[in-house]
Formats: sequence, C-alpha cells, structure tokens
Amino acid sequence: MSVPAVHEFGYWWHRYRRTWRGTAVISIANPLLFVTALGFGLGRLVDERNSAYLHGGSYLAFIGPGLLAASAMQMGFIHGSGPVFQSARVGGNYRAAVTTPMEPSDIFTGHLLFTAFRATLDSAAILLVLLVFGAASPAALPGAVLTALAFATPISAYAVSTDRPAKLSALFRFVIMPLYMFSGTFFPAEQLPGPLRALVWLSPLWHGTELCRGSGPIVIHVLVLLALIVAGYLAGRRSYTRRLTA
Amino acid sequence: MNHTGALVSARGLTKIYEGPPEHVAVGGIDFDVRRGEAFGFLGPNGAGKSTTMRMIGCVSPRSGGELTILGHDAARDRRTIKARLGSVPQDDTLDTELTVEENILIYGRYFGLRRDVIRERTDRLLEFARLTDKRASRVQDLSGGMRRRLTIARSLVNEPDLLLLDEPTTGLDPQARHLLWERLFRLKQDGVTLILTTHYMDEAEQLCDRLAVMDGGRIVAHGSPRELIERYVTREVLELRFPLDRHEQAAEKARGIGERIEVLPDRLLCYTSDGEAALEEAGRRGLDPLTALVRRSGLEDVFLTLTGRTLIE
Repeated sequence: MSVPAVHEFGYWWHRYRRTWRGTAVISIANPLLFVTALGFGLGRLVDERNSAYLHGGSYLAFIGPGLLAASAMQMGFIHGSGPVFQSARVGGNYRAAVTTPMEPSDIFTGHLLFTAFRATLDSAAILLVLLVFGAASPAALPGAVLTALAFATPISAYAVSTDRPAKLSALFRFVIMPLYMFSGTFFPAEQLPGPLRALVWLSPLWHGTELCRGSGPIVIHVLVLLALIVAGYLAGRRSYTRRLTA
Repeated sequence: MNHTGALVSARGLTKIYEGPPEHVAVGGIDFDVRRGEAFGFLGPNGAGKSTTMRMIGCVSPRSGGELTILGHDAARDRRTIKARLGSVPQDDTLDTELTVEENILIYGRYFGLRRDVIRERTDRLLEFARLTDKRASRVQDLSGGMRRRLTIARSLVNEPDLLLLDEPTTGLDPQARHLLWERLFRLKQDGVTLILTTHYMDEAEQLCDRLAVMDGGRIVAHGSPRELIERYVTREVLELRFPLDRHEQAAEKARGIGERIEVLPDRLLCYTSDGEAALEEAGRRGLDPLTALVRRSGLEDVFLTLTGRTLIE
C-alpha cells in the first residue's frame, strides 16, 4: 500500500466527520428494529415449533449474526456503489485527486480503506445492540468486516467504470436482494431444496453469515471472501486507471 | 531541463482513442513552452486542445511521440511532474458540499502538504482570488465566477512552476472574465508559466505571448498573436452585410475587392490593407450593403484564413 492513499482516506474522513451523528443513529436504530421485530416477534413463533434446523438454539441467536452479515453486505454495496460512481463523474472528487500526485490506484486504495473503517465502526455498533440482547458473539466482528469488503471491493471496481446509475440499482435488485433472501440470513440454508442447497456455496453472503455464526469450515469461508477482495482489488486498479486516465 | 531549455516540449505528440470507431484526437504535434511565458492553444471545440492539456497534466497517457515536462518524461515520472503542476480543468472539480477553505485543505493534502502550511497559504490564496469573505461558505452557494477563481486558487496551493488552464473563462459573464484575466496576468507577472486553451480570440490576444492554433488534432500555425496576424492576414478588414436574398449576388459583385474575399453565411469579409478604399470601391460597383464596418484584422481572421471556418459555430 502506497502512502498517498492515506490522503484519499482523509478526504472521506473529513466528510464523515460532518455527518457521523446522523449515520450513528441509523446504525443503532436499524438493528434495534430488526432484532425486535424478527428476533422477538417472529422468533417467539419459530421457537414454539422447536425447529430441528436451529439445533436447539433460539431464533434470536440464529438471526443475530445473520442480520450482522447481511448489514455488512449492504454497507459494502452502499459504500462501493454511489460514492464511487459520483466521485468518478465529471466534476467529482476523483477528478480533482487525479490532477495531484495521486494515482488512480492510490485513490482506489484510500477509498477502500475508508470503507473498511466505516464497516468496522458500523458493524461494531450493530454488534453492540446484538450483544445487549445476547444475539451474537463479539468474535463475529472480523467476519462482518470481511463480508463488507468482499462486496465493496468488486462493486467499486465496477461502479467506477459504469456510466449510468441505473446499472447500480439493477445490481442491487438482481444480485444483492436475492442474496439477502437466500443466504441463510432468515432461515438456515439446509432448509432449501437439494439443488439450491448446493448453490448457496456460491453466495459470498452465505460464507459471511456462516463466518459470523462461527459455524462450518471457517478457513474456507475466509478464503472465499479474501479471494473476492483480491480479485476485486486487481480489477479495480485496472478499471480506476482506465476510467480516470483515459 | 532538456536541450531546448523549454518547460514543456512535445515532438510528434499523438493521442488516439481506441475504437470503435478509432478516433485520432491529437495527430502528431510539436511545440515548446518557455519558462515564464503564457502559451495558448487556440481552436474550436473538438480541435484536440483539452486532450493535449490532459496529456500535459499527466492524466491522459500519450499514444505516441515524445512529451517532456519540467525535464521529466510525462509517462515515466507522473508523480514528480504532477507535484509541480497546477491544474484548472474545464469542469470545476470542487466539492460543492464542503466549504471554500476545506476544498483547499483537502486538495493541499493530496500533495502531501502539512496542515499548517496549507492553512498559512490559504490566507494568501483567498486574498488573491478575492474570496476571503467567502472562506467559510459552502461551494454550492458560490457563483460560477467565484468557483472558477477558487479552482485557480486551489491549483496554486502547491506553488506550481507551471499552471494549466483549460478554457478558464468559458461560461462566465464579461465582468467575471475580466477579473479572471487580471488575476491571471498578475500570476504571469509573478513568474508563473501559464498554458491555457481557449476558443475566445480576445482571451488569446489579451493573455498569450505565443499561440498554437489547432484544428482537427493538428497545429496549423504558431507564433505571437501579432506575428500570426501579420503573417496570415491583411492589416484591415471590410465587413459587409446584405439582405439574405441578395447575399450571393453581392458576393459575386464584390469579387476582386481587396486582396481576398471570404464569404460567410451572414456577411462578406474583404481583406485589404486599406478598408476605407475598399468600401469606396464597393460603392463604385453599386453594392448597397445594410451595414459596412472597417476594422483591424484579428486572430479570428487568422483562424478563418487557415481553416476556412469560424471559431465559434
């Protein structure tokens, strides 16, 4: 990592300092709503049936890490799409940075560093709420950050080169939402019918969710997420350079 | 520094955008920019001016030829070169949500400057740009002219040896333009080398010591504004306007007046050393224009002579 990347981090940090209060409220309130509605509301219904898929645990304990990982995915999308797209447009921040000694790869790295920072902070806030209700373990934090980056990195690489915001909303509708529904967030993936159960291995969110739950082959989950980050980083260095220095 | 002693030196500089369709934006140009001068690229939209500026600014890699900036190769030593450049792109790249002061701070940090150094320079830069009382205002509340001045102030935060200005006054009202010209002239007097692009004649004449006239990705002429006028056009021009239905007929009748006649869609230009004499000759031939104007020739006429087209269409 080159040092100039720190200055791009500094730009986003500077902007964040002005708005962090608002985002902090959302970071706490959002998981609070979900945990209350799903964990206590829906959870009471589920726990009465005593489902074998939960292996004797409560639904609250199941959905807690699931919500954490799913929020991390959403953070990855939110930070990797809109801000990157806006900054790469004519008149955007990247366009200013590239006229200075900053190179496109510095800009990319610095922005990713900030996303990692935000994901850590916001995941910690969610985790704090979950901990209060006994719905997750502190050991889930690295899994959440890894999940956020596994989405943010390739999405940034794509968003910098796209010319229309509609493509980013399509990405959300056709990739992020289905993953959200079928990656073991709300119900165990083992419940899915046979062929779909195998497909779940392709979902980065499922690996992230399992990692946050501390279940399954942890090394493989970590490797899958790391592979996405590395592939996204290599692709992003290219696409940032192509877009910002044509 | 290279053998020519130029701050910027280009030989056969080329930029081709891979297709499809392949587009030659700059088709092999040569130029040298000397220390302390104001050098202008003059030409219509699409002539390759901005692409050339982006190559000099090290934000667009060249496709061919040589480009040396401040003694370094533009492809190899981008960071070193960019650290000593000031850049004012065609579109303002200010952060509209941040304040005037914050914009300079962020930009200065990109150069790795210390916060206290930036803060101390900000005072002087805002004074220079006449924005001192706007220090804490958000950029979104500034007028177009103020934003341009802020972009210029910001580009000076690293105390550059060379300032690049891509169409610095496009879209500004006359008052804002004159203020900007005056500020740029002051910079030049302080020894900053300026390279600018423009499609305004008056801007080129006011600011530039030397010009490269561009058209279709090539340099069609270069020299000082005075040299260009002396070399390519006569001293005076007689402009005649006729009702549109008599325009062609009048053009036919006027043939041979002065040294050369240029027929534009809305008027005739007679290039001549003596405009008054040409006007008398027009009268003798029975031409009855709606308006007749004798003026000194300028860069617009140079461009028209070289390319057969006007600059702003």
